[in-house]
Amino acid sequence: MTDMTDPLMQDVQGPSPRDLLKRRVKGHLGLLTGVGIVGLLVLVAIFAPLLAPHDPYAQSLMTRMEPPVFLGGDWEHPLGTDHLGRDYLSRLIYGARVSLLIGAVAALISGVIGTAMGVAAGYFGGKVDAVVTFLINVRLAMPVVLVALAVVAILGGSLTVVIGVLGLLLWDRFAVVMRASTLQVARRDYVAAARSIGASTPRILLTEIMPNIVNNLIVIVTLEMAHAILLEAALSFLGLGVQPPTPSWGLMVSEGKNMMLFEPWLVLIPGIVLFLLVLAINLMGDGLRDVTAPENRS
Amino acid sequence: MLPFILKRLGLALLVAFTVSFISFSLLFLSGDPAAALAGETASGEDIEAIRRLYGFDRPMIVQYLEWLFAAVRGDFGESYYFKLPVAGLIAERLQVTMTLGVCGISFALLTAVPLGVAAAVRPNSIIDRVALFLSVAGQAMPSFWFGLILIVVFAIQLGWLPPSGADSWRHFILPTIVLGYYAMPAIMRLTRAGMLEVLNSDFIRTARAKGAGEGRVMFKHALRNAIIPVVSLAAVQMGFMLGGSIVVESVFALHGAGYLAWESIARNDLPTVQALILVFSMFYIVFTFLADVLNAWLDPRMRSS
Repeated sequence: MTDMTDPLMQDVQGPSPRDLLKRRVKGHLGLLTGVGIVGLLVLVAIFAPLLAPHDPYAQSLMTRMEPPVFLGGDWEHPLGTDHLGRDYLSRLIYGARVSLLIGAVAALISGVIGTAMGVAAGYFGGKVDAVVTFLINVRLAMPVVLVALAVVAILGGSLTVVIGVLGLLLWDRFAVVMRASTLQVARRDYVAAARSIGASTPRILLTEIMPNIVNNLIVIVTLEMAHAILLEAALSFLGLGVQPPTPSWGLMVSEGKNMMLFEPWLVLIPGIVLFLLVLAINLMGDGLRDVTAPENRS
Repeated sequence: MLPFILKRLGLALLVAFTVSFISFSLLFLSGDPAAALAGETASGEDIEAIRRLYGFDRPMIVQYLEWLFAAVRGDFGESYYFKLPVAGLIAERLQVTMTLGVCGISFALLTAVPLGVAAAVRPNSIIDRVALFLSVAGQAMPSFWFGLILIVVFAIQLGWLPPSGADSWRHFILPTIVLGYYAMPAIMRLTRAGMLEVLNSDFIRTARAKGAGEGRVMFKHALRNAIIPVVSLAAVQMGFMLGGSIVVESVFALHGAGYLAWESIARNDLPTVQALILVFSMFYIVFTFLADVLNAWLDPRMRSS
């Protein structure tokens, strides 16, 4: 009776929600572009040792600031070398690791904190909600860059510290969105039904609430990942993020800044890659929002 | 209206109080501020002397309360580096930051609102696409990099504007563009979404039906309604921008409060850093408070929540 392969039945039933989702994904150019670029950069980060033509830390005082090939350099260093003679392309490739790692882990930490707070506030309401809303207000009032800089200065700049600081600072949007989504879902009949058949609170949260807010969560994860990557670059640029000689794109811009007058490509190249990665992640996030919740498109 | 204001004011004060505690205790993260201040080469006796000199040997809560009561009176202690009262230092530098903030938000509003309106009037047109492109690009643009590119192009290559400093209004043009572009995407998107919603509502159809001209419909009926949430977003963005000016000020060597924060952090100047975190937070708290009150005044439905 419910044979889906029967063309007649399919015609009557129309496309399934999954088919509709697939169709929306295929028609969404922004999402496909974003996923493509991010996927490519993730592969570059994973296979960095295979792809990089040189050791990103190897200095060579004989070959300092060689220009990239498109400015008359040779193919030995396709994107030239920096002020210490290190191969720019190799540093760029290894820099993808730093950006993606910081973005992903910071978004994960803040995602766990913010989701726990937001879901608790939306589901339990009352005093829990009041406390969470208050904490969100406090967090928003703290200037992120300033606090992050101060903490990194005190604890010392390292990958772990930068990830930790950003993870502990960027949970606000998760909490705001998860709270609103949970509020919407918690009022539905199926939640009341689950409660009436005696389901425990953890069970309701995990099997009734979470699956229905996870789409929104994924969107915020991508957007906050982009946010964390931009912040790391800014912190490293200001000298209080990832420390040299680690290849971070923000740090590369900062190191190239002094030679900006004569060798503007030292600043241009890492900035363009950073811009592209953040752009691609944002396109992915916006695209995911469009295809998973087309009714919320603005 | 008054109960709403009082309630909102109480929340603002509570938030301010909590922020003051966090910004004070942040700097005890290292465990021993005296050791951090003395530097890596200091001996045990030096550290002990510094600890007693600055009163770090007392319980943290005592130090906090003392700091808070002084701060309420406008006394943030003395800068370790400049050997001057912190309050005076900040007040002097805030002028530059406030100028930059006001210019930045004006630039953002003057570009974002017309673009958002134009995009909403003709969805999917060229101008809508340009607006979308500008906002997507703006959200992905690292502001320090954007600043450097502007310096290379407009200050070095073309020589039209000075690359750094704060001596004349011309020094503020490039920083204003960088800071304003940071706030533009959110304002543009909200204007566009608000206008789209309003333009589809019944009272616009009524206004058109009774023969109101298109210009009148747009500005008298539609924009006035769509602009309400934009005004409060602009206030919030202004708060964020002042906090974010640290990056822009360091790129353009504008000696404002953000630049002072960067210098003080690098120099371990605790009293200045604590005071600056608090001051920037206060700006945000005041701006969001004003935005909420303004919103409640314009839209009575907001008062109940």
